[in-house]
Amino acid sequence: MNNSVTTESIAPLASEKTPEKAKTSNVITEENSDAYTTVGQAFSENAKMSMRNVNVFYDEKQAIYDVNLDIGTNEVVAMIGPSGCGKSTFLRCLNRMNDTIDTCKVTGKFLLEDQDINDRKMDVVPLRARVGMVFQKPNPFPKSIYDNVAYGARIHGLADRKSDLDDIVETSLQKAGLWNEVKDRLQQPGTSLSGGQQQRLCIARTIAVSPEVILMDEPCSALDPIATARIEELIDELSQNYTIAIVTHSMQQAARVSHRTAYFHLGKLIEVNETEKVFTNPDHGLTEAYITGRFG
Amino acid sequence: MDKLNIDQHISQQYNSALDDLKTEFLELGGIVEQQIVNAVKAITDVDTVLAQEVLMTEKEVDEREMQLDDLCTQIIARRQPTASDLRLVMAISKSTRDLERIGDEANKIAKMAIAISDSEDLPHGFSELRNLGRHVQEIVNDSLTAFARYDIDMALKVVNKDKEIDREYATAMRELITYMMEDPRNISRSMNVIWALRSLERIGDHASNISEQIFYLVKGLDVRHQTPDEMAQQVNKQRK
Repeated sequence: MNNSVTTESIAPLASEKTPEKAKTSNVITEENSDAYTTVGQAFSENAKMSMRNVNVFYDEKQAIYDVNLDIGTNEVVAMIGPSGCGKSTFLRCLNRMNDTIDTCKVTGKFLLEDQDINDRKMDVVPLRARVGMVFQKPNPFPKSIYDNVAYGARIHGLADRKSDLDDIVETSLQKAGLWNEVKDRLQQPGTSLSGGQQQRLCIARTIAVSPEVILMDEPCSALDPIATARIEELIDELSQNYTIAIVTHSMQQAARVSHRTAYFHLGKLIEVNETEKVFTNPDHGLTEAYITGRFG
Repeated sequence: MDKLNIDQHISQQYNSALDDLKTEFLELGGIVEQQIVNAVKAITDVDTVLAQEVLMTEKEVDEREMQLDDLCTQIIARRQPTASDLRLVMAISKSTRDLERIGDEANKIAKMAIAISDSEDLPHGFSELRNLGRHVQEIVNDSLTAFARYDIDMALKVVNKDKEIDREYATAMRELITYMMEDPRNISRSMNVIWALRSLERIGDHASNISEQIFYLVKGLDVRHQTPDEMAQQVNKQRK
């Protein structure tokens, strides 16, 4: 396991350097962008997903540079970084969401347990049942609350009888912490719910198909603090049974919900470490600069 | 020399809040350092006016302590500091308490100075007091300088010097005990000197505590309850 290497091209923490040096080495330029090593603990002994040598291009433009990362079983990994750093692009690779973008080319290994999900022969429909996704804006189907949750279970043939489907809907809504609020109005449209409820509905819809991994792309950015707190509480509960990767712009959110935090910068995975370490004493100067608000 | 780059935030208000915090902390440090100098001088020169001056500074020290606490709380509430910013706020929050305690010990020495001035003959042990006082003032000064410069090596020196001060204190105590045993009439006046020595030794401990916080501030290392050797080892391990 190779998990704690630093590199000269991107400097370690500023406190080790003079301010001038730290400043210049904080900038990743075109010249030094090829060779770099992620600092900290990118690998897990109990990996659910293992990504190796991931490179992503949009046409000629490279969006992700040689990223290596494991996501452990039942672990919550938060991905943070400035806009355009590639964190969402990386997350979308984890269930082949980038397939829909013609100009996007993804290389590297993406092992979900032992299976390479980036294999072109892989059928993405069952894959997306195993690796579910929750998006930034709640996007319930224009159907009833019940049908929203039952939809995935129906198309994947998870329920033979109506009562099985009822069970799936109820347990999913319960796990998403929404059951008590909607149990008396399951036939009302999903869009009639509040934003926070809609997002929990989308989470219920995702877990209805019993995924192994849940990807969340800024799941709370459209929600108020109370709804956000509910979702964060839910993430904590879900992590008992699911593996979760979450992209967030809120560093406090990453600090609150995740076990490990990954910091992306200009398409590179700069540092991965225990969340507690990242927010009190990060290994890399760039991580430090970002989380303390020294550049945006 | 600002190795933690506290002036580099996007938010200028955040820069100035952290800068104010650090400045206020170092100012408080300057005040209590002067209290030590004055208190030791008051006792060895039998200068009650100077002793009164030390006692009058207590209120200001207390007020500044509360002000610093308030600043720390404000920054945590408004900015949710992380990484080195968080460590700065935590280190200052803890060290402020040590500075206030140093002020308290200086006050005790000043009170002993007044008590001694009431007795007729000069007690034994003034040269020890003077020496220990000088060394203690030095390490308080060094710990504040190390804090201002984020200087780990200097902080380690303070911790080492505090161990020397502990030895110096033990020697002085032995001497005074012998003196008291020679003639029990010496006991009451020697006790005042002993209390003052004890206060100085305590001040050394507080300076050492502040230095330990510098390890946390700069390196994120918790070196409390460690020997100087263990501290050095931890730092070297991290540097590798």
